[in-house]
Amino acid sequence: MNKEAKISCKNIWKLYGEAPEKFLKNTNNNPTTEEIKKNNYIPAVRDASIDVNTGEILVIMGLSGSGKSTLLRCMSKLIEPTHGQVFFEGNDLLKASEKELIDIRRHKMGMVFQHFALLPHRTVLQNVAFPLEVQGQEIQKREERAKDVIKLVGLEGREKYYPRELSGGQQQRVGLARSLAVEPDVWFLDEPFSALDPLIRKEMQNEFLRLQSMLKKTIVFITHDFDEAIRLADRIAIMYEGLIVQVGTPEELITKPATDYVAEFTKDIPRSKLLNAESIMNEKDKKPYENKVNYSDKIEKIASKVLKSESIFSVVDDNKEVIGSLSKKELIKALFAEDKNE
Amino acid sequence: MNKIKTIFRGKFFFIFAPFIFLWLLRYIIPNYTISSKTPHWAYIPPKSCLGGCGSIDGLIPFVDWTNALIQFLRKYEIFGLFTFRDFTRGIANYVDKFLDFTEAVLHKGFPSYDVGPLPWIFILTLTIILGFYLRGWRLALLGGACFSYLILFSKRGIWELSMKSLAAISVSAPLAALIGLCLGILAVKRKRFANFLWPMLNILQSLPHFSYLILVVIFVGIGTKAGVIATVIFAFPPMARLTILGLQNISQEIKEAGVMAGCTKWQMLFKVEIPAARSPIMLGINQVIMQCLAMIVIAAFIGQPGLGHDLLIRLQGLRLGEAFEIGVAVVLIAITLDRYSQALALKEPERREGNFVKRNPYLCATFFAIIICSILVFLFPFFNEYPKELTVSASVYLDNAIKSFTRSLFVPLGIFRDWMLIYFLMPLKAVFQSMPWTGVILFVGAIGWKLGKMRLALTVMLFVFFIASSGYWVRAMITVYMVFASLVICALIGIPLGIWASKKESRTKIVLNICDIFQTFPSFIYLLPAIMLFQISDVSAIFAIVIYSSIPMIRYTIFGLRGVPQHIIEAAITSGCTQRQLLWKVRMPLAFPEIILGANQTLMFSLFMVMIAGFIGTVDLSQEIFRALSFSDGGKGLIIGLCVAFIGLTADRLLVEWSKQMKLKLGFKN
Repeated sequence: MNKEAKISCKNIWKLYGEAPEKFLKNTNNNPTTEEIKKNNYIPAVRDASIDVNTGEILVIMGLSGSGKSTLLRCMSKLIEPTHGQVFFEGNDLLKASEKELIDIRRHKMGMVFQHFALLPHRTVLQNVAFPLEVQGQEIQKREERAKDVIKLVGLEGREKYYPRELSGGQQQRVGLARSLAVEPDVWFLDEPFSALDPLIRKEMQNEFLRLQSMLKKTIVFITHDFDEAIRLADRIAIMYEGLIVQVGTPEELITKPATDYVAEFTKDIPRSKLLNAESIMNEKDKKPYENKVNYSDKIEKIASKVLKSESIFSVVDDNKEVIGSLSKKELIKALFAEDKNE
Repeated sequence: MNKIKTIFRGKFFFIFAPFIFLWLLRYIIPNYTISSKTPHWAYIPPKSCLGGCGSIDGLIPFVDWTNALIQFLRKYEIFGLFTFRDFTRGIANYVDKFLDFTEAVLHKGFPSYDVGPLPWIFILTLTIILGFYLRGWRLALLGGACFSYLILFSKRGIWELSMKSLAAISVSAPLAALIGLCLGILAVKRKRFANFLWPMLNILQSLPHFSYLILVVIFVGIGTKAGVIATVIFAFPPMARLTILGLQNISQEIKEAGVMAGCTKWQMLFKVEIPAARSPIMLGINQVIMQCLAMIVIAAFIGQPGLGHDLLIRLQGLRLGEAFEIGVAVVLIAITLDRYSQALALKEPERREGNFVKRNPYLCATFFAIIICSILVFLFPFFNEYPKELTVSASVYLDNAIKSFTRSLFVPLGIFRDWMLIYFLMPLKAVFQSMPWTGVILFVGAIGWKLGKMRLALTVMLFVFFIASSGYWVRAMITVYMVFASLVICALIGIPLGIWASKKESRTKIVLNICDIFQTFPSFIYLLPAIMLFQISDVSAIFAIVIYSSIPMIRYTIFGLRGVPQHIIEAAITSGCTQRQLLWKVRMPLAFPEIILGANQTLMFSLFMVMIAGFIGTVDLSQEIFRALSFSDGGKGLIIGLCVAFIGLTADRLLVEWSKQMKLKLGFKN
């Protein structure tokens, strides 16, 4: 197991149907798609193994029904996986007692929901203080802390409002504040901005990045929006019909899509803004050329320079050592993904 | 061969199977009419073949078995210590303690401390403040008007009677709500308990009140506490149902938010689930209160004093003016309690900022009102006890008005009544009475099979078989006839009215409001105009049933028609539909499943009302129940009650399934 991993999932299966444990056992924990279909099981998650590293933003991406929410819920044991192991800081969550689980959730996990899931009968302040209240904290202490978090998400002055009096964006800010009230180590966000209008969504993404730059949490973020994933993610896991198809940085997904499905997703992404010199260079050619570009330069920045010139460029790292080369050929190949297969 | 198969598969065959059966029987059995002294077994269920010495002529002596069980529960001592009856009476005594308290507060006072009951001015003022708090001045006005009526028209003691009734309700309603809530929670948390509870609720809600009144008399006795216990039994099922619905409909995310916050099971229940399901649970409380009010007249049958008791006596003596005065009081209390509890259910917490008085204006108002009222009561005896000299009564005028009204309408009403009897009711009754029980079983079975699975067919056939074998087949068919006749009339009134009302927003609002008001009337009230207009006959019974039970027909028709999605209507209009085409080709077909549900509700309402109409002398099952009540024959009461329940459940199962399948076909969800 990766030592850095905050959460580590090993061969997670979640099947819906009659006595799925028995079925999995009979098929050696590895049934084929045909077997699953034939026996009328609905596979939500299939054999998912993934590590979430401390301090990273892992985005799980997939269309509806791909099993991304189920996988997230397996990580917090909101849903019991049919088979597999989930390690949280090295401890097996699935073997934890009810009491241990409550303890972990009270102190180490925070979760934000798609439809906000605010308690309608409580004010903003009471909603944010709720996780502290169930821990049994005194009213003054918890309200003080809640006020701090409300300030953090920019809702100062709205403490006494009821959720129904707030806009969608504001409600989700309350959701963010509530999940942060206990200062969790791990922050789960289940399509937190999907229910919001596009403009508000952008604003909330910025808000999220701002919060993360201050808080440095370990984050699992679910979305069905690839643009959102690229904007926020350190790493992206793409799911399709319950399977994790590919895990990697946004650049890796675009330059080396594992399947056609991933390629289809990445097709419309403006590459020039995302890719840097390193991700598209020719690694074999380490000859030093006259012209040099830095490995982290975005294509956007160097494209005109490279395309105007007939010569080849060297790609250098921070120590000025040559790690590869870049020519018109690589650049064009990277910018027009369709050409890749030819 | 294929042709035969399609005939067997067709709707035609299944719907007409029993009639074909009937027609065949004519040729097979010569004496098929029921008028012959020993009708053939295929027509009227034969008498008991088990034991045969039972007091009832049933095929299976259910009544004797039940009575034996009741005897056992009365006499057998558990662990040689106490009988089941001791146990139930023990519980009743606990209930009595609460009752002592509410009665003391509302009308008896505390003689040992030399303190009188709560003066009327307190009750009036607090009601008004509560009305303001819950919704605003209009609700406050309603509450004020209601209690003013009770005070003003108290010449014949309406105020005291109302306080007696309210004392009983203020024990039975919280108790029923609490029991319903607990059972509901338990059912949601324990699947197995839910499997047990649902059918119990179904049967409890379709049993006529009178059949468990008898059991209450046997196991508890008579008087106010027995009335309260009967009321609780009657009132808790809707609470349990709405609690279950409410808890099940909480969004998954809210529950997950609770779990992720680290709630324990109890924290989940009290801090997340119950508050999140607040509205349906509060609606449950509203239902409980309405059921309790419906019971105040019925509980009077087992000696609970109050408005119901006096209404009943006036009705029996045909003193309609006085009955009317009490009836108005019952209706006013019903409307007031209904509106107040609805307002409570819909009330959202409000944000108030500022100092203490600004944050809690109603609390402060209550506080000051109590002080001012206390001073008034202390200084002026007028505010303590409203003087009898200032009360009024309109009963004499009402009596005269009713008499002259019915006298002037005597001839046309008589003609109408006789016409209804001769040309509609009597032929219909004859049809129902000539139906062979074997044919009816086949009929419901065939429909059940056609609609759904074997299971549905078997269930409804079993229900009908129970009725046939209990020995009350002939009377049950009279009940079915009355219900059917009412259903036809309700549909003839309700559907056109619903169509008319759904045309315009303003009409819909008015009609639904009127429906709301009518629905809050306790069912016994409807007997008043029925007796006034048609004296004692099948027509008056059916009149009472129809005004009571056409409400759901109207309501569901309106909901169905108005619920047709706007885009479909727009599509039809742009396709060039006329208003008529729009109604018959688009809106009606789409609203039909909803209308079927309305018919189902109407049927249930009629069944309830048929039982109450027994009070004015019909010859169906209800008469037998009233007989059983006066002889305290628990077994008979319960078995007849079950017969009624099974009539209802048979229709309910079939109609609901039909509606469900139509909705599926139309692609509606839920």
